[in-house]
Amino acid sequence: MPDTQKLSFHVPDPGLRPGDTPDFSHVKIPQAGSVRRPEIDESPAEMRDLAFSIIRVLNRNGQAVGPWAGSLDTERLIEGLRHMMTLRIFDARMMTAQRQGKTSFYMQHLGEEAVSCAFRLALEPGDMNFPTYRQAGLLIASGYPMTQMMNQIYSNEADPLRGRQLPILYASQEHGFFTVSGNLATQFVQAVGWAMASAISGDSRIAAGWIGDGSTAENDFHAGMVFASTYRAPVVLNIVNNQWAISTFQGIAVGEAGTLAARGHGFGIPALRVDGNDYLAVHAVAKWAVARARRNLGPTVIEYVTYRAGGHSTSDDPAAYRPKEESAAWPLGDPILRLKTHLIEIGAWSEERHVQAEAQIRDEVIAAQKAAESIGTMHSGRQPSPREMFEDVYAEMPAHLIRQRHEVGY
Amino acid sequence: MARMTMVEAIRDAHDVAMARDDRVIVFGEDVGYFGGVFRCTAGLQKKYGKSRCFDTPISESGIVGTAIGMAAYGLRPCVEMQFADYMYPAYDQIVSEAARLRYRSAGEFTCPIVVRMPTGGGIFGGQTHSQSPEALFTHVAGLKTVVPSNPRDAKGLLLAAIDDPDPVIFLEPKRLYNGQFDGHYDKPIVSWKKSELSEVDEGYAPIPLGRAKLRREGRDVTILAYGTMVHVALAAVADSGIDGEVIDLRTLMPLDIDMITASVRKTGRCVVVHEATLTSGFGAELVALVQQECFWHLEAPVARVAGWDTPYPHAQEWHYFPGPPRIAKALQAVMEA
Ligand SMILES: Cc1ncc(C[n+]2csc(CCOP(=O)(O)OP(=O)(O)O)c2C)c(N)n1
Ligand SMILES: [Mg+2]
Repeated sequence: MPDTQKLSFHVPDPGLRPGDTPDFSHVKIPQAGSVRRPEIDESPAEMRDLAFSIIRVLNRNGQAVGPWAGSLDTERLIEGLRHMMTLRIFDARMMTAQRQGKTSFYMQHLGEEAVSCAFRLALEPGDMNFPTYRQAGLLIASGYPMTQMMNQIYSNEADPLRGRQLPILYASQEHGFFTVSGNLATQFVQAVGWAMASAISGDSRIAAGWIGDGSTAENDFHAGMVFASTYRAPVVLNIVNNQWAISTFQGIAVGEAGTLAARGHGFGIPALRVDGNDYLAVHAVAKWAVARARRNLGPTVIEYVTYRAGGHSTSDDPAAYRPKEESAAWPLGDPILRLKTHLIEIGAWSEERHVQAEAQIRDEVIAAQKAAESIGTMHSGRQPSPREMFEDVYAEMPAHLIRQRHEVGY
Repeated sequence: MARMTMVEAIRDAHDVAMARDDRVIVFGEDVGYFGGVFRCTAGLQKKYGKSRCFDTPISESGIVGTAIGMAAYGLRPCVEMQFADYMYPAYDQIVSEAARLRYRSAGEFTCPIVVRMPTGGGIFGGQTHSQSPEALFTHVAGLKTVVPSNPRDAKGLLLAAIDDPDPVIFLEPKRLYNGQFDGHYDKPIVSWKKSELSEVDEGYAPIPLGRAKLRREGRDVTILAYGTMVHVALAAVADSGIDGEVIDLRTLMPLDIDMITASVRKTGRCVVVHEATLTSGFGAELVALVQQECFWHLEAPVARVAGWDTPYPHAQEWHYFPGPPRIAKALQAVMEA
C-alpha cells in the first residue's frame, strides 16, 4: 500500500452565525482611487489583476478620487441620488403593502440600489437588460412609471402582465428590460444570444446579462460565459455579489479561493471587480464595459461587491442564519449615504435639500401607489379577468384552450 | 404515535433514516444550516454534522449529478430541489443518467437516490412556485414517483423511498406542508394535528411503495387522486352528496392497478383528478388503464378534472386550480351520463 491518508470532506462555512459578532476583516478593501483604469482595448491577459481588487471612487470623506472618477456631471449625480432614494422608498412602501395583504410577495434592494441605478445610466436607448428580480433600479432610472410597476405588483386590472406573473417580475421592451424569469441564471445566457443577434445584424445595440452570486453555480452561467467568449458577443456580464443567496453565504458558490470576477479568466474575458455601493465607481466601470462592447471588443465580466442588507424576500428572515448586526458592519457602507455625502462635499447638495427631496419623492411614490390602489390590489378592487389566463399561451388560441376558457365561463 | 405536520413528518423520516444508516446523506440549496426554505431538514446538520447534511451551490444538475456519483460509490443520497419548478436543470441527470444506470450497465452500477421536491400550487406562487411535473417523471422508464397526501404517508413513504434500490422522485404537495387543505381556499386553514392522518408512527415504519390507499368507500363513482387533490376530491364528494369512492394513489409508479380496477369494476364510473395541466398529464395514463381494464364495467365515459393547459397564473390562481366545484360538476356529469 502506498502512503495513504484518510480523506475528509470539506464544506465552506461563513464562521459567523446569529449571536456572533460580525467581522468583515477578511474583505480586503483597497483605497479609493488606487486601482488603475486600463484602456478599453487593452488585452484581457494584461488586466487580470482587476478581478482580484475592488475599483472604488468615493473615499471616506466623500471625495471622488483616482482614474475612474469623473464619469458623470453633477446634474446626473443628483439624478442618480434621486433614483436610488426613489427605489428605496418604493421598496419600503411595497414591503408594507405586502404585509398589509395587498400583494402576495415582494423583494427589495436595500443596500444594493447603486448597482442597477448607476448601470442604467451607462446604457443607450435600445440596449437590452436581462435582469434578475433585484434590478428594478433599471426601470426606475429609465423613467418607467411607478404606477405601472405597482399595478404589476398588485396584479390588478391595469397590470401590464395581466395578473399572470409573480410580483416584481416586470417586463418592458421599451425600457430595455427583458421579462424576468423566476428560474435563476436562465437569462444570463439569453443576454449573450441577444448580443450575438445584434452583432449578426450589424446593429449597434448591446446587451447586459445579470446574475446573483449564488446563481453563478448554475450551468447557464457557464454556458453564457463560453458563448460570450467564443463569439466575442457585445454583452456586459454583471454578477451582483451581495454576499448571500437566501441563507447560503457566497463561499458556497465561490469556494474559498478566487473571486467571482475571476471566473471570467478561464474564458479569456476581461473581468473587473467594483465597489457596488459606490455609485460613481459602478457607473464608471459600467461605462467602460459598455464602451468595449459597443466598440466590438467583446464581453466584460463585472462583479459588484455589495451586501444584501434586507431579507431575501418577504418570505425570509435573515436573523435565522446571520448575525443581526452584520448589515451595519458591512465595510462598504450605504450607497445612498455615500453619494449624498459626496454631493454635499462638492457643494452640490445639502442636508436640507436631502430632506426636501426625500419628502418630495415620498409624495411621488405615495401618489403612484394611490393611483394603483384606486384600480385594485391583489384581493380588492378591479382584477384582471380570468379570461386573461388563456391568452398569450400561443399567438393564436387553439381549440382546446377556447373550450377550457368557455368552461370557466369566459 | 405523535401528531405531526407534513414538514415535521418529513423531517422525522430524514432523522430516522440518517440515524439507522450512515450512508444516508442529505443536501440541497439552503438545506444545511438553515434546514431548507420549508424547514424539512431543520436540525439535521446540527445532529449529524456537515458531512451528512450540507448546503450546496445553486445548481440542480450539480445536486443530482453528485448524488448519482455518491450512489454509485455506495451512499444513499436524499436530496432536495428547492421547488419542483426548479428541477429542470437536473432533468438531464435524472432522465438520462439516474433512471438508466442500472439498465445500461446491466446492474453493474445502480442509483439508489431520492430527489425530493415541493410541488403544486395554492400559495400564490405564480408560474415558478406552483408546478406539478409528475408526468415528466412517470413517463421515464427507470424512475419511481411518489406523492404523499398527509404527514403519516409522507414519513412512511419517504423511509421506503430512501431504502429503495432505484431512483425515487418524491413530490411533496407544498400546500399541505403546514396544514390541511381541501380546495376551499376561503375557509380558515385547519391544523394537521386535528386530523388522524397526522398520527405518525414512531421510529422506522416504512410504507411500501406501490400501494394505494382507500380514503373513502362509496358506491357511485371511483375518484382517482393523489397529493393535495385527494382532499379536494373528498370535499367535492361531501359538497355534491354523491357517494364517491376516493382512492389516494400515493405512488404513481409503481401504480396500484389492482385497487383501481377493483373499485371501478364495482362503481362502474370513474373521475380522474390532478392539479397538473390536462394534456398528456398522468390522468391520461390512468384513463387509458381504466378503460383497458374495466371497459365492460363502465357506465359512463371516464372524466378528467385537471389544471388548465396554461402556465400556472398568479392572480387567477383559484380560477386555475381544479377546486371542489369543478370536481363536483364532473361527478354530476358522470352520474348523469
Ligand atoms: C433554478 C432555480 N433554483 C432555485 C431557485 C430558488 N431561489 C430563488 S432566489 C435564490 C437565491 C439566489 O441568490 P443569488 O443568486 O445570490 O441572488 P440574490 O437573491 O442574492 O440577489 C434561490 C436559491 C430558483 N429561483 N431557480
Ligand atoms: Mg446573492
